[in-house]
Amino acid sequence: MNNTVIDAHNISRVYNPETIPVYAINNVHLHLEKGEFTALVGPSGSGKTTLLNLIGGLDKPDSGHIIIGGTDITSLRANELINFRLHNIGFVFQSFNLIPVLTARENVEFIMLLQKVKRKERDKRVIQLFKQIGLEDKMNNRPVQLSGGQQQRVAVARALASKPQFVLADEPTANLDSAAAFNLLDIMAKLNKEENTTFIFSTHDQRVIERAKRVITLVDGKITADTAAVPLTNHKLIVT
Amino acid sequence: MWLLKMAWKNSWRNRNRTIITMAAIFFAVILSVITGSLQDGIFDNLVKNMVSYYSGYIQVHKTGYWDEQILDNSFASGKITEQAILRHENITGLTSRLESFALASSENLTKGCLVAGIDPDNENRITNLKDKVVAGTYLYENDKSVLLSKGLAGRLQLNTGDTVILIGQGYHGATAAGKYPVKGIVQFGSPDLNDRVLFMPLPAARELYGAEQMLTSYVISLRDPARLATTAERLQLAIGNELHVMTWEEMMPDVKQHITTDSNNMKIIQGILYLLICFGIFGTLLMMMVERKYEMGMLVAIGMRKIKLIGLLMAESVFTLLSGCALGILCSVPLVFHLNRHPLRIGGETAEIYKRFGFEPIFPTSTDAIHFVSQGLIVFCIGLLLSLYPLYKVVRLNAVTAMRK
Ligand SMILES: Nc1ncnc2c1ncn2[C@@H]1O[C@H](COP(=O)(O)OP(=O)(O)OP(=O)(O)O)[C@@H](O)[C@H]1O
Ligand SMILES: [Mg+2]
Repeated sequence: MNNTVIDAHNISRVYNPETIPVYAINNVHLHLEKGEFTALVGPSGSGKTTLLNLIGGLDKPDSGHIIIGGTDITSLRANELINFRLHNIGFVFQSFNLIPVLTARENVEFIMLLQKVKRKERDKRVIQLFKQIGLEDKMNNRPVQLSGGQQQRVAVARALASKPQFVLADEPTANLDSAAAFNLLDIMAKLNKEENTTFIFSTHDQRVIERAKRVITLVDGKITADTAAVPLTNHKLIVT
Repeated sequence: MWLLKMAWKNSWRNRNRTIITMAAIFFAVILSVITGSLQDGIFDNLVKNMVSYYSGYIQVHKTGYWDEQILDNSFASGKITEQAILRHENITGLTSRLESFALASSENLTKGCLVAGIDPDNENRITNLKDKVVAGTYLYENDKSVLLSKGLAGRLQLNTGDTVILIGQGYHGATAAGKYPVKGIVQFGSPDLNDRVLFMPLPAARELYGAEQMLTSYVISLRDPARLATTAERLQLAIGNELHVMTWEEMMPDVKQHITTDSNNMKIIQGILYLLICFGIFGTLLMMMVERKYEMGMLVAIGMRKIKLIGLLMAESVFTLLSGCALGILCSVPLVFHLNRHPLRIGGETAEIYKRFGFEPIFPTSTDAIHFVSQGLIVFCIGLLLSLYPLYKVVRLNAVTAMRK
């Protein structure tokens, strides 16, 4: 059985090619398997967000191909791409993930409504997800009535609600205090362990990096290190 | 369905903004309904005043009379024609006239005048002539006396009880001459009428001109003046080619012209009003788009098709517009009806001019349903048109750019 989730070949993304070209991503290869729990690290401006946008189908590479679950997303048209994201990729952004006028529950349901999931199935899944993120009692709160950490947990639930091939999170803990950040990471790690959910997230936070199974380091748009991060004291270099 | 629910919730996400937008729409509808209905009301009133003065809404003449207003272009009155005219449901009354010219003389003065042979009862029903009597008394059908307009009486230095001598040309070239006691004086606001009209009962006029059975015109009043044109058309069909139907618009083109010019001015005022609403609505739309740019980017990022997002925004606009327009129409109805029952009174010089013409100096509103419907619809469409701007923005939206801080 093929366990490949993401297969990115030789991708580049150049900003301002006409004036002063910025090689935000420069000839990157990336391979991600089902069940990974991978951190993307690197200094500010190294291209983490750009890379995540590319593999998330939010942005198109200037060259190279990105294959997700067998589909070459670089060849999809705009509308097909939106639809592809809906069914295949879960997103957790740094902040403001939720629609302010909807309750936490409605926010999670929203993605399933877009997917035209039946009511019964939706209800079942919502309950299950809120149990997993430990917020059953806050389901009917509006986002403003939740703490930042709780909002991010709801965002994780929403990302999972669509049963995506993988969840992509760009600095999900950047706006959280460390307790909330650990809590979010715990939940993500638990989902990864119990449900084999694939996560790839970018971060600056050393303690978050330590929780990852694999750490990919970007510098100036290139992958400079790709290590298995467990155990912490015994880094093992896989690819460079 | 869930999209509509979400749109409803979104419409209230920024209560103040929604209320401002709704209020702008609300006042726009009210103001434009009132300007529209006031404009029509004023003109309807003006026309009513003008036509009930002398001309009536519609007149019937022998074909050709209007171009050459002489007795030889008169026609024989007939019960059948009168019944055919009165059969039309929009016609409330009819009076017969025999009009011609004559020289009117007192002892040592002579002036040209318009002799109107009238049916006193029916004439009064349509033009309220009796109310205009300022001295003496009104005419009876069998009187052999006349009413002089005040200006004419003054020029001839005649008073009630005096005698006026009329000389003119009768039917088919006969000579018309007679002596008549002045039974009363009538006053008109219009100098044109006040200086030259003389009324006498129809039988006396026919005798004077030797025009037995003849008429120059039927003067007709209407129930619903708005249906002037169609009524005139139907009437023409009913009475055949021998006779010609004319509306007041054809008989008094200058009045019609004045109204057209004035309503164009009103349209400019309404245009400015619409422009103000445009800015109001557009401002709030701009604010909304800036405020929600990130969120829209996020929605598209997680997989919401743009067409759905457009539907959502459209539904939000329709909610706001519909409630604003509905409220506006709802509140303008009692307002317009109130201003119809208790019209605005005008003062100053304009009022004096109105009074001089014998018109009441009031500005009533028209309560025609068309004003509410059309103004409501216009404002709604303007709003809808403006809400194309956010849609355009959504079509061009790029999730990554929209979400960048
Ligand atoms: N829209 C853009 N136009 C021009 N240059 C851009 C654009 N977006 C990103 N860049 C540049 O591309 C490079 C990579 O940016 P990116 O946002 O991917 O970095 P990052 O690793 O996510 O940084 P951070 O840790 O600060 O979030 C940077 O040099 C940035 O200035
Ligand atoms: Mg970044």
